[in-house]
Amino acid sequence: MLELRSVSKTYGSGAGVTPAIGEVSLTVRPGEFLTVVGPSGCGKTTLLKCMTGLLRPTSGEVLLDGRPVTGPPADMALVFQEYGRSLMPWSTVRKNIMLPLRARRVPRPERERRADEALAEVGLAGFADHYPWQLSGGMQQRVAIARALAYRPRILVMDEPFASVDAQTRADLEDLVLRIREAHDITIVFVTHDIDESVYLSDRIAVLGPSPTSVRELVEVDLPSPRDQVATKRLAEFGELRTHVYRRIRRDEAGSPPGVASTAAPAPGSAGEDAERVGSAS
Amino acid sequence: MTGRWLRVTLPVVTTVAVLAAWWFGSLGTESYYFPSLRAIMDRFVEVWLFDRFVTDALPSLWRLGAGFGIAVVAGVGLGLLLGLSASWRRATEPIVEFLRAIPATALLPFALLVFGIGDLMKVAIIALVCLWPVLLNTIDGVRGLDHTLADTARMYQVSGARRLLSVVLPSAAPQIMAGARTSLSLALILMVTSEMVASTSGIGFFVLDAQRGFRILDMWTGIILLGVLGYLVNLVFTLVERRLLRWHAGARADTASAR
Amino acid sequence: MTPPTTTTRPEHAGPGTRDGRSGRPRLPGAALPAVTVLGVLLLAELVSRLGVLPTRYFPPASEMFVALAGQVVDPSFWVSVGQTLQGWGAGLGIAVLLAVPVGLALGTVPLLYTAVRPIVEFLRPIPSVALIPLVVLAIGTGAASKVFLAAFAAFWQLLIPVIYGVRDTDPVARDTGRAFRLGRFGVLRWIVLPAAVPYLATGLRIASATALILAVTAELVIGVPGLGGAINLARSAGAPDRMYALIIATGLLGWGLNAALRAVERRVLHWHPSHREAAA
Repeated sequence: MLELRSVSKTYGSGAGVTPAIGEVSLTVRPGEFLTVVGPSGCGKTTLLKCMTGLLRPTSGEVLLDGRPVTGPPADMALVFQEYGRSLMPWSTVRKNIMLPLRARRVPRPERERRADEALAEVGLAGFADHYPWQLSGGMQQRVAIARALAYRPRILVMDEPFASVDAQTRADLEDLVLRIREAHDITIVFVTHDIDESVYLSDRIAVLGPSPTSVRELVEVDLPSPRDQVATKRLAEFGELRTHVYRRIRRDEAGSPPGVASTAAPAPGSAGEDAERVGSAS
Repeated sequence: MTGRWLRVTLPVVTTVAVLAAWWFGSLGTESYYFPSLRAIMDRFVEVWLFDRFVTDALPSLWRLGAGFGIAVVAGVGLGLLLGLSASWRRATEPIVEFLRAIPATALLPFALLVFGIGDLMKVAIIALVCLWPVLLNTIDGVRGLDHTLADTARMYQVSGARRLLSVVLPSAAPQIMAGARTSLSLALILMVTSEMVASTSGIGFFVLDAQRGFRILDMWTGIILLGVLGYLVNLVFTLVERRLLRWHAGARADTASAR
Repeated sequence: MTPPTTTTRPEHAGPGTRDGRSGRPRLPGAALPAVTVLGVLLLAELVSRLGVLPTRYFPPASEMFVALAGQVVDPSFWVSVGQTLQGWGAGLGIAVLLAVPVGLALGTVPLLYTAVRPIVEFLRPIPSVALIPLVVLAIGTGAASKVFLAAFAAFWQLLIPVIYGVRDTDPVARDTGRAFRLGRFGVLRWIVLPAAVPYLATGLRIASATALILAVTAELVIGVPGLGGAINLARSAGAPDRMYALIIATGLLGWGLNAALRAVERRVLHWHPSHREAAA
């Protein structure tokens, strides 16, 4: 459904040109939970912005159901890492959730029903009339997730959504996302720099190399469902997957400096359209 | 405990002390230019409650309100346009920079020449001068829109008028209010000055007329009335601002305590 | 007017977050502003020449600039400029000399601030021009009146920022100073004052604009010699071209003073992380 074809992005022009993402090709399968994991500063956010249509790639294209994405598609929602800046401090929680629905001209009773449902689903039923800044960080991110849910997207994209909340809250939110995924027919693309998180959550992991980034390997995750914070993480396969992803990222980090073509070969066991070589010329 | 008690009582004590010192210190004064507060207050009641209030204070306030109101509406409207469009902003920048640098009252002769000496002149000059702080602060506020919030709006297909009203304007509101506050003090200055330069009514006219006719008590009552009005107008503004920006104070307190 | 707004601008996201939106070709550099300025001047010229607006009120732009050129070579114009600048400078200087020590005192001694706060809060919003009649009686119609009015108005614009700045001093920095036994004066000199400087700088810019307004107002209303009086004289003498020329000159003066203060501010405050330009 969502397909990235040799997407690359460079900033600046002329002599000051800096590549942010190399050449990324990736296909998101319908209904899957795909995490994109990579070292800090490798261009994950840029990649995600290209994927959601917030940024135009310098070359290559993003296709949704075969049609090129030129702006944010109507059936895609995005949950930002900076929940504090993505929610509007002047509106109550309910109004924050309803604004996208108002823009879509959803009738008012329907808007309110959807907002209340979404809030109940993320466990914030009693907080509709609070302001975002009256809530803790974890609760604010729940509001952002509720806003995405009420929007009823086919694809939910999440940009390191739990990077700035504490460990316990983070585990709760991870399970919340898994529950949401079970309850709705929804495709999730989840960007993170946390390897444990990526293995725990996903059906498939796209491992990115350092900047200018490209997909180094696509790892299938065959852990049993439903996942459980204790039981799943105790499985031997979990540990193996984690070690595998970790090694892939470390090796790439120690590799060639940015801008120089990396020659890392596709790893055995990686799936189809992975491991593109980085085009060093722009 | 004592600290809190002091914080409440001390301002009251000093205010009362200053007023009492003025009242009693000036009781037996022989000075022609600085009459006793008691005499001023007696005269104040005679003059301003309520004959002159209707003929002079109300016209002043109406000019102030009309000019300030026009400036805010026009400043926010133009500011949105210039804040959202880089080309428009670049095109108009030198003109805006120059016009707002003109010391407000230097435009009075121009207003007199073009609009005559009626109410239109006063409203026009107040509006013209008050426009710039609102306009520039609105531009700044619009441009200061958080990138994440802008991306959020794009992502959720919030665009056009809805984006303007629900995202851009509220986010710029704290800056717009800061500009409006600057404009308000300019409006008061222009209200008084325009009435002093050319008018047959208004508090500014009354005060200067009293001074020229050596009606010293009248003059003092007018100055005190201007002081009280200035204070009250600012108070009303502060209350409106606090109401409009309640979320802002809360959000700021929150980020401050988080650090 | 107000203390400088202390709302912090949200820092920008990464470089080029807005890339990919610049579609249309643009006029290079200064071309666009230059085109609009010329366009506006041309429009003003045409509107007047074609009689759309009465020439009596709106002389052609070219005539305004001819008059401006005439003023620039006229020594009496420079005398007026000097008189206005004198009122501005003296008033602003006195305001600084008074507002800084008073602000430091009120800012560092909370009890004192609590005591005088209602008086400050009441005096501050009084439009300073309301004092003009009283000033005329008590001081007269000379240059001293102009200086007094400019100083009075500028004082409040400076006092409030200084108090805010002093109170905004990082308590950790203050404690550090105490731990190093800087002494009361040392803390004031090395920690409190530098922290208040950015506030003072913004306040100074606003106070400068206010002082100029009051100087011009005094010239206009009281008749103290200077640019304000010259503008009004040109109007009553039926010389609109000269009136506009003088208004333009006054605007350039205000613009120049503001630009000069900004330049000084940038040099002095280049270190300050939160230093930003407040539009006021």
